[in-house]
Amino acid sequence: MAISPAGDPFENPRAINGRAPDVFTEGGWVPMRHYRDEEEVDFAIVGTGAGGGTLAARLAEKGFSVVALDAGPYFRPMEDFASDETAQNQLYWMDPRIVAGDTPLTMGGKNSGKAVGGSTVHFAMVSLRFRPEWFKSRSLMGYGADWPIDWREMWQYYAEAERALSISGPVSYPWGPKRPRYPYRSHPINAAGMILAKGAEAQGYEWTPTPLATVSAPRGKSHPCVYRGWCRFGCSTNAKQSALVVWIPRAITAGAEIRDLAMVGKVEVNGAGKATGVHYHREGRWRFQRARNVVVAGYAVETPRLLLMSATDRFPDGLANSSGLVGKNFMTQPNQAVFGDVEEEIRWNKAPPSTTITEHWNYCDRKDFFGGYCWMGQGPLPIEWATVQVGARGVWGEQLWRDMQNYNHQVGVKLVGECMPDEKNRVTLVTDEKDQYGLPITRITFSLGENDKALIAHGLDQMQQSMQLAGVRNLFRQDNDYNHLGGTARMGDDPRTSVVNADCRSWDLPNLGVCDGSGFPTVGGGNPHLTIHAIALRTADRIEALAKRGEL
Amino acid sequence: MTARYPGYDVLAKRHTLSWNEATRRVVDKRLAVPREPRFLTTDEWATLRAVCDRILPQPKDRPPVPIAAYVDDKLLENKIDGYRDAEMPHQGEAWRIALAALDGHAREAHSRRFHELAAAEQDALLTRMQKGELSGDAWQGMPSRKFFAKRVLHDITNAYYAHPTAWSEMGFAGPAAPRGYVRMDANQHDPWEAAEAHPGREAEALAKNKRVV
Repeated sequence: MAISPAGDPFENPRAINGRAPDVFTEGGWVPMRHYRDEEEVDFAIVGTGAGGGTLAARLAEKGFSVVALDAGPYFRPMEDFASDETAQNQLYWMDPRIVAGDTPLTMGGKNSGKAVGGSTVHFAMVSLRFRPEWFKSRSLMGYGADWPIDWREMWQYYAEAERALSISGPVSYPWGPKRPRYPYRSHPINAAGMILAKGAEAQGYEWTPTPLATVSAPRGKSHPCVYRGWCRFGCSTNAKQSALVVWIPRAITAGAEIRDLAMVGKVEVNGAGKATGVHYHREGRWRFQRARNVVVAGYAVETPRLLLMSATDRFPDGLANSSGLVGKNFMTQPNQAVFGDVEEEIRWNKAPPSTTITEHWNYCDRKDFFGGYCWMGQGPLPIEWATVQVGARGVWGEQLWRDMQNYNHQVGVKLVGECMPDEKNRVTLVTDEKDQYGLPITRITFSLGENDKALIAHGLDQMQQSMQLAGVRNLFRQDNDYNHLGGTARMGDDPRTSVVNADCRSWDLPNLGVCDGSGFPTVGGGNPHLTIHAIALRTADRIEALAKRGEL
Repeated sequence: MTARYPGYDVLAKRHTLSWNEATRRVVDKRLAVPREPRFLTTDEWATLRAVCDRILPQPKDRPPVPIAAYVDDKLLENKIDGYRDAEMPHQGEAWRIALAALDGHAREAHSRRFHELAAAEQDALLTRMQKGELSGDAWQGMPSRKFFAKRVLHDITNAYYAHPTAWSEMGFAGPAAPRGYVRMDANQHDPWEAAEAHPGREAEALAKNKRVV
């Protein structure tokens, strides 16, 4: 990575000495509270994405003292983000991990993030609510595990998250219980999105402009989206309402301290079985931040990794792991696609990748497998598209070179589907290989289950039918792609079958929490960030309520 | 072959609103990567170049994208992918093992090194690798099928399609920041996008592509 005038974000921390980068101003800074390591803060939060970033802001706004640490750099999007797929690998978690199982996953890309703001810095901004029944999928639908939270409560927090992120969406949403109108008008539909609409209408399915976390009108210092289409490689204009742009500035304004390039390697626990702070690596050395409460928000791989790495004599299997479930029930979301070409010029690289969506099969139960899926418009950039060509079609040579030139005529739809929790799918520590911090790396074992395969087959058939009806030619399937993660520190009502309770507090160490996608008992058939946001907003309210009662 | 986007050069937009400073920096750095091997040995390099030529054969009438140099650079700089299949060694080791093994298969079948084979002979060996049919002690337990998918196809396509020449020939509008797009309907494009040549109207596309702004 070439160095910008702003300096190398990976070389030295930027949020230091009482100031942090102002992401809205080139070279600008904002004042930031600084806590000494010895000061016992109310909360040390590990990770600053949809879970940790949101929680840091809300807890600080409620008057708690907060230090939020992130292993990744503090980017200045306008100065650091190139329109370049390769260079923007800088947004991902690229440290070594081992993948295994019958369906070894591709990591280090869209399903990972290592930056202040976490994966929201590169997410596709698709902002969906769960179907209400999913919160009680075991009781109501016969699969997975129940969430310990009622959907009506979640509906309130979804609304709060949608307001906080100024979600741009349709006037009325076709599926599920009534929801408020989206705060911002929906974005124009690009040519690729129109093809989805045409196919869905031909099938008799509803579709809608995708609710997106990028603004369609000015908001604060964010200009409206300019439809550059590089969203998944970082938004260099700050239209995207990432945690880096929304929650981190709020957290700092409210008095929280954000520490970038701060890799937490261990949660310390005292003899009384309470978390006392975090050991973290920053500026070349290990340090210890004291804290009255610790919340881990590192997503479905790093969260269980940290809990497992923090094992003590008293907790030999890792922290919060009396259930034995830390790292287990690892889930991803199937992300299969059907692609083809049309006579017209589509130029699908323009605008957010998904401007339209159908959640038909999330809400229709006339199918012979559990769970659901949605599908949405696509706009892969050249390297991604080449990866699809070689991965899904196995083409190379002259044919690959020639077929790639059809880029501006390609179109397709991609599903985001529900994967069943299975204890055999898990994150474990690799003892004989260490990362650059000297910490054991992870092994991610994943195999599709029979239900997952049935869902994928159904989804591919449905998408193929849809594309055929829309007049798309030369169809082919991408059957080997997966994305969002979850499940490795699941929440529940029973300490024997869950890691944390509804308030994201661990059953074993009440002052240790988990607040991110790893708490999901089930992942549903849609992009998870809005649910992570809603959980974090709820958790902040619950912490405030518990503190007022002296129960924190 | 007639160019689909005649005269279009994404680099011509380098100083327009479509390219920010960060983009200019990373593309300049990529264009300046040395064309000689710095990680691989001369023997390994010859084999790698031959593999690159078969995975992405390039037209002879323009400067080639230095694919092998980018693969070598990735190995030298240890730019890893963020994961590794449990059956695969580290990327540098994987390439060294496979390039040697490939030469071994070539010698066995044709008594020549891989880069000395005819294109069809090379393709036949690569096809066998893709199917996982190449094996033996030289592979040191690494499945050739996974090497083909995770290293050959991945590293070579990632290198090629990171180059402005590749963007230009596929009509990709390329970098876009801070300026994005205003026309998003089918068959519509902004003046700063590539114009496609339609039969009989190639000159029109050429003229448009010469003043992409």
